[in-house]
Amino acid sequence: MSHNDEIDCSGMSCPLPVVKSKMKIDTMNPGEVLKIITTDPGSCKDIPAWANRVGHEMIEEAEENGKYYFLVKRGE
Amino acid sequence: MAKKKMAIIAAQGSLDWAYPPFILASTAAAMDMEVKIFFTFYGLPLLKPKIKAKVTPAANPAMPMKMPFGPKAFQAIDWPIPHAVSGVIPGFDSMATSLMKKQFKNKGVATVTELREMCLALGVELIACQMTMDVFGFEEKDFVEGVNFAGAAAFLDFAAEADIQLMC
Repeated sequence: MSHNDEIDCSGMSCPLPVVKSKMKIDTMNPGEVLKIITTDPGSCKDIPAWANRVGHEMIEEAEENGKYYFLVKRGE
Repeated sequence: MAKKKMAIIAAQGSLDWAYPPFILASTAAAMDMEVKIFFTFYGLPLLKPKIKAKVTPAANPAMPMKMPFGPKAFQAIDWPIPHAVSGVIPGFDSMATSLMKKQFKNKGVATVTELREMCLALGVELIACQMTMDVFGFEEKDFVEGVNFAGAAAFLDFAAEADIQLMC
């Protein structure tokens, strides 16, 4: 699926992936999709928990070559 | 839906204890919560422009003593340094502090100063305890811009309505 913007949090530990994703998605419009890339294993649960809590939609989660990919659709 | 609220009391100023309030506050703010941290006693120096927090192995018996460099097997060694020794060697705390900072940097953890900046950018309210400021001789100008000042009652008024209350 296509995305409107992207943030690479590779090498960052908690809480940076969540905080950086929040700051990024705040610059986007509702309905737009942000792609988040991380390497922190903790982010596998943190990113979905964050998205769910603030009302963004988790569209896709994947892991490839030690990296985690998330597609999050911004809520209202 | 009304915003969730989180109230944190930060009363410790060593490097290890400097992290939890700023990590939890920045995360909660990223999760759209309203967050206030009340800095009191030894938490107050965490509001100074330059954070000089150190870690003290002698006061933390469970602290792993590991090296943040060298081969993996070397890094895995938990050095058995008696606290009677680490507590009296001059400069031991400074050494342990720089090792911990290096370890955190290696693991991609933000510095305490960076986390504090993120908290302020995300709207976390940092409150300095007026009473302990007076006791320890701090003035408003000693702290970074954006810090607010209040007493226990003002903070508890917020904490009473908070969904999460923590003491760090």
